[in-house]
Amino acid sequence: MLDAVPRSKAGAPEDERVIKLAVLAVGGQGGGVLADWITDVAERNGYVAQSTSVAGVAQRTGATIYYVEMCRDTGRLPVFALSPSQGDVDILIAAELMEAGRAIIRGFVTPERTTLIASSHRIAAVSEKIEPGDGRASSPKVHATAEAAAKRFIAFDMEKIAADNGSMISASLLGALAGSDALPFTRESYEQAVSAGGRGVKASLAAFGASFDRARGIANAPAPGEKAAEPKAAETGSAAKVSGPESLLKGWQALAARVAALPAPVRDMALRGLRKVVDYQDIAYGGEYLDRLDRAVVLDNAGHDYALSIAAAKHLANAMCYDDMIRVADLKTRSTRDKRVRREVGVKHGSILQVTEYFHPRIEEFCGTLPAGLGSYIEARPKLAAFLDRRINHGRRIRTDSFAGFAALWFIGGLRRWRRRLLRHKVETAHLERWYALALGHVREDYALATEILNCRRLIKGYSDTHVRAQSKFDRVLSALDLLKGRADAADWIRRLREAALKDEKGEMLDGALKTVATLR
Amino acid sequence: MAERSFAKEVEKLRLGAGEEFSGEGILAITKALLQCGVGYVGGYQGAPISHLMDVLADAQDILGELGVHFEASASEATATAMLAASVHYPIRGAATFKSTVGTNVASDALANLASGGVTGGALIIVGEDYGEGSSIMQERSHAFAMKSQVWLLDPRPNLPSIVKAVEDGFELSEISNTPVMLQVRIRCCHVHGHFIAKDNKRPAMTVADALDAPRRDTGRIVLPPASFLHEKEKVQKRWPAAVDFIRENKINEFFGPEHGSVGIVMQGGMYNSVIRALQRLGLADTYGETDVPLYVLNAVYPLVDDEFLSFCEGKDAVLVVEEGQPNYIEQAFAAMLHKAGRGTKLVGKEHLPMAGEYTGQVMLDGIGSFLRATIPHLLPGEVRAPNKIGDGLDTADLVNVVPGRPPGFCVGCPERPIFAATKLVEQELGKHHIASDIGCHLFSIMPPFELGATTMGYGLGPASASAFNSPDAKRRSISFVGDGGFWHNGLTSSIGNAVFNKNDGVIVIVDNFYSAATGGQDILSSRAGNKTKSTKHPITEAVKGMGVKWLRHIDRTYDVTKMQDTLREALTTDEKGPKVIVASSECMLNRQRREKPLVDKAIKGGTRIVKPKFGVDEDICTGDHACMRLSGCPSLSVKSLDDPLRDDPVAHIDQSCVGCGNCGEVADAAVLCPSFYRADVVHNPSRWDRFLEAARRATISLLQRRRESRRLTFADA
Repeated sequence: MLDAVPRSKAGAPEDERVIKLAVLAVGGQGGGVLADWITDVAERNGYVAQSTSVAGVAQRTGATIYYVEMCRDTGRLPVFALSPSQGDVDILIAAELMEAGRAIIRGFVTPERTTLIASSHRIAAVSEKIEPGDGRASSPKVHATAEAAAKRFIAFDMEKIAADNGSMISASLLGALAGSDALPFTRESYEQAVSAGGRGVKASLAAFGASFDRARGIANAPAPGEKAAEPKAAETGSAAKVSGPESLLKGWQALAARVAALPAPVRDMALRGLRKVVDYQDIAYGGEYLDRLDRAVVLDNAGHDYALSIAAAKHLANAMCYDDMIRVADLKTRSTRDKRVRREVGVKHGSILQVTEYFHPRIEEFCGTLPAGLGSYIEARPKLAAFLDRRINHGRRIRTDSFAGFAALWFIGGLRRWRRRLLRHKVETAHLERWYALALGHVREDYALATEILNCRRLIKGYSDTHVRAQSKFDRVLSALDLLKGRADAADWIRRLREAALKDEKGEMLDGALKTVATLR
Repeated sequence: MAERSFAKEVEKLRLGAGEEFSGEGILAITKALLQCGVGYVGGYQGAPISHLMDVLADAQDILGELGVHFEASASEATATAMLAASVHYPIRGAATFKSTVGTNVASDALANLASGGVTGGALIIVGEDYGEGSSIMQERSHAFAMKSQVWLLDPRPNLPSIVKAVEDGFELSEISNTPVMLQVRIRCCHVHGHFIAKDNKRPAMTVADALDAPRRDTGRIVLPPASFLHEKEKVQKRWPAAVDFIRENKINEFFGPEHGSVGIVMQGGMYNSVIRALQRLGLADTYGETDVPLYVLNAVYPLVDDEFLSFCEGKDAVLVVEEGQPNYIEQAFAAMLHKAGRGTKLVGKEHLPMAGEYTGQVMLDGIGSFLRATIPHLLPGEVRAPNKIGDGLDTADLVNVVPGRPPGFCVGCPERPIFAATKLVEQELGKHHIASDIGCHLFSIMPPFELGATTMGYGLGPASASAFNSPDAKRRSISFVGDGGFWHNGLTSSIGNAVFNKNDGVIVIVDNFYSAATGGQDILSSRAGNKTKSTKHPITEAVKGMGVKWLRHIDRTYDVTKMQDTLREALTTDEKGPKVIVASSECMLNRQRREKPLVDKAIKGGTRIVKPKFGVDEDICTGDHACMRLSGCPSLSVKSLDDPLRDDPVAHIDQSCVGCGNCGEVADAAVLCPSFYRADVVHNPSRWDRFLEAARRATISLLQRRRESRRLTFADA
């Protein structure tokens, strides 16, 4: 009776305690299968278990939650809850890293009790993918918070383990759960549950086992556990092999020697840039690249860690390797490309690969590939240009596994030797020179600003309309220079403007930022 | 055919007396219907009751053996109207749908059914989609029960309780001649549990028996003067009969000690969360043994006055746990106490939020607050004065990091290219007013498409654009409706209305061959054969029959250029009246379920099969992501390159790609970039294939070697 002293219910006997487990997944990952397995394992071990979920439209790529409660079967039916509560979850399984973050935000992970098992791989949300720059969320931030938020944090790439074993992530998540020992059940009982499922059992058990071992390793390792992704050994661009005819190799070695003479911090980027431009055009083009780079290096000094020269080495290479039809055709007809496609698609022996390329040339691309005089002649005559455009401007699908299709692209790729005489080269070189001179002109007054101007080259990318839009963003960012020159924070502002320009397609954020700049004085 | 096969689940419907049923809540309800001798079942799919419909659709054999008629109704109104079979005949019938959207559609039939009353038990099982994960407006079914005076059961969320509620519901319906609604919340529908089965019962009277001996009674038909009598009958006869039944059969339950200074009243569906809160407050054990008197309303309408008043006897304060608003139950109880002149303090929404789901935390806070205010001395010390405030960890930073993840189109969805084309047309012609509808296609309102301004109801997309019809306008409205919505209601309410009122707008009917968003059920225009249903009725024929003159049919939505051209033509043509575009391609989820096993088998069997997949040349991709702004496909994502020269991640297509073609089509239609390629793998190539391949490879590698021997080659880092 309530009015008498109540029985204390707070400390339920250990063997009558309810274990609470939540699974946060992205729709389509097989969270339901996992929840069913866990329920089955619990029942096999003499537990009463209840699982619930919210399916529905959320099963299509949205975030979903599955929830399981279990308790040793004492012959009486426990009262289970139907959804997880903040601060009341023993085991949380996140089938993707950001879902682990979401679980923490929602309060399902507590330092006193929650074992957090998360796959460290990422499935980018649409909002992350559609930014013109890099819109991806910060994984290290989630890792760091998870370490602090959970009692135990077990994270590794369970998606990869699943894929390597030809299975789905639900199997490797179950393996991690079993390996974590967070539930008082034997490995065999998990494997029995998987086998009882009946579909793809062999692959599932393989993924389960691999993940079990990995989790067991982490669980037994001394705190604070392993990092999610082992950093790859730094690859040096310098070490990569070069091959080709003797005469060209000699030329390359001469260029490489010039790079070796550069200040140490600049060398790595310069060599990467050099490789890119030589690969793009020829040895002489590499020489031009280094000549241009030298103009930055002479203005630079160790006091700034050669930031200007490094930026120049990077962006000069990108600017000189503009994306024209010749480059695209060249890249698409290389033997290395063929090998890469076969590897990515996974063409097995005995199967045949057919590759269709999607092109949509317009009059602009056509004129760009004509000798400068002829190209400008056409562009200066709108009627003629429109007439030609009607004939050229169509989507074209080219089969590069067929001889005719390949030969057409091979021919265009071969125009490389005349590239310097073509209209596009003239336009690009003029643009590059304007930008580069603008940047270097600022070095003496404002070193940081000059570096940021160089970095603005990042904005120029894409083909056709996207490229035009990128050019316009580039121009708009640099249009603020006159207003900003002389301010101590000019470089910072240019950086901010550039970042704003990468946030959305049309540059609405950029326009906003430019308005702010306009109010600065 | 439905998305999933329920052959395994169907076997559970055959369990006999004493055997243990183990499975989902919604299946338990299905089994309970058969145990109750139901004569006919109808319904309209939608989460969370789709499974009930799917299982019954797959259980035609068992239903046939029992003489039970099952129908996948055209709409919730149809399903409810079907219950008319219980008006004159003592046949038990059940209808099921998602609520409140389905109840809205059904309300005309529901009101008529409730007015005349029923002879056989009529049960309406509503899947209440309220709270987290819900895809509909947040409203309560309770209001429908009150306005039409049908009784509303809200059982405790465990399998034995919901099975009992089905049994009680039929009896209650028969005794009070009133239809009964059984409300099951979404998590309860999907809860996994057990109950002891009974034998299935053949209906005492089947629909065939009824057809052979027709009956009628003018007094049951809704027409004056009978309708006035119905209203009197509702309050004078049916209501008291229902209250007596609920009281005598102890439908509502009491837990905890008989006496106490405080108590809690709750909807049955809230019971488990209340117990969990009490467990956490140290006032209940694992099995629900509690120190606080509880009054659990498995029947939430009508309420039993004397039952409630006797519960309040000797109590200083009573908390009402009632999810959602308005708080009808709390108001009714307050009135009872007031009229009875009782001093018990009634509280509810003071401690619990007026709106929103009663989650575990909300319940813990609300009940904790109530008990701290009333009986603090009985709470354990750590509850009364916790050492820690809040949950300690500051996650404010993380909130800005973790991206939202709303649902979107599946990999290879045929609706994606429709909206890519719409976005491209808008880039040319400017923004238009776009009316959306219910269905997968509603995901167009989310990034990356962000198209669509309103959604007014199933099949009402074009209807909701009907005001935008003006001779002065320079731009037409665009409206969307899915094939599911089209057959549910759209043909008349949207297409017929547009023809009749000479609407000048553009209507796009998104035809994916199924009612896809609800799990891929067949509909009239489904293209597959169906043993028990009549399919293959083209939407275009129906539209023509309605009088539409300007009609275009696109039989492959992935042709973005054609889609774009057709939309442009529709928006700019001089022709008057509605411009209807039927855009058809099969739902990829269903197509893959159907084709994938067949393709795998064929490849193993040695048949020549061409399997497509898309890819991106990462050195040609510049990382501007324009393609993703026209796609949002889960298989098209971003990837970092191991190259310090590149700042932004490039596009990448993962193994989940089904080769639908959208990437290539969009790259072409939007003049994006040449980095996409389609890789067709020819499995089990013919001899001719192999010959051709060998010849091509020889000549191609000759050209490659020639060029590569004259230039420097840098090994891939």
